[in-house]
Amino acid sequence: MDNISIWVRAAVLTGVSLGSLAQAGTPAEQLAAYTAQAVATAQPARGQQLFTSRQGKDWRCASCHTATPTVEGKHASTGKVIAPLAPAFNPNRFTDPGKTEKWFRRNCNDVLGRECTAGEKADVLAWLLTLKR
Amino acid sequence: MSRSEFKKSVLSGLLLACAVAADADSAGARVALLPKYQQECAACHIAYPPGMLPAASWQHLMGSLQKHHGTDASLDEAGVREIGGWLQTHAGTYKRVNEAPPQDRITKSAWFLRKHRADEVPPEAWKRAAVGSAANCAACHTQAADGRFNERDIKIPR
Repeated sequence: MDNISIWVRAAVLTGVSLGSLAQAGTPAEQLAAYTAQAVATAQPARGQQLFTSRQGKDWRCASCHTATPTVEGKHASTGKVIAPLAPAFNPNRFTDPGKTEKWFRRNCNDVLGRECTAGEKADVLAWLLTLKR
Repeated sequence: MSRSEFKKSVLSGLLLACAVAADADSAGARVALLPKYQQECAACHIAYPPGMLPAASWQHLMGSLQKHHGTDASLDEAGVREIGGWLQTHAGTYKRVNEAPPQDRITKSAWFLRKHRADEVPPEAWKRAAVGSAANCAACHTQAADGRFNERDIKIPR
């Protein structure tokens, strides 16, 4: 394959995965989009590990969302109550792709000091979807 | 206008002026919150009334959201523009709010410190679990989320 067609394919693939995320209005669709982007199967256990353990900075995801985000959390510095994150316990979660991306960007930066990869986002979301009533 | 009518209108004008001054004393008149401000900023903390900081502080804060008191609160450009513009319009202009406080923190403003002196708020109250941080206005100001900070709405948790 020549160089140009590689770039065309890359552009099309990126367009497809970003496009599908942009339209993903349910948690399952967002998970599918991140999984497609990562080109790997999501692993809930790895997502839980990422969520509950320290990643080099002071805060863990669980610092604000609690280790079992089926319940309300509390912002670690302001004390503001945070609604449950697991979609089964809060139907508003992961229904707006722009909002999902914004919070992953901010919070991964606070917890890991960098943005999360599509694979990491898929893992975390896959774990959150295992939390059932 | 008869003399008594004139007196009445002067009196009501004075009363109105007093009411405005009293409002200004509690750091600015209440303004209806911009929905975007509520949505973005009040996700992590109460929607602090824009009149509690001067325009210069809001400008610093909106220009450094990626490092916002130790957390990433970054927004897209359109959001920064919309919220930033609204904050500039409604920023505090009353003399006590005129000066940018250290770190652009409302809680480090001279007027804030004066109003929360030890004879008003016992020092141990700040350490209670329900308070946690001076930024947690709503711990004691029960109507803070609606921008109301009247004395009668204060309830310091035990």
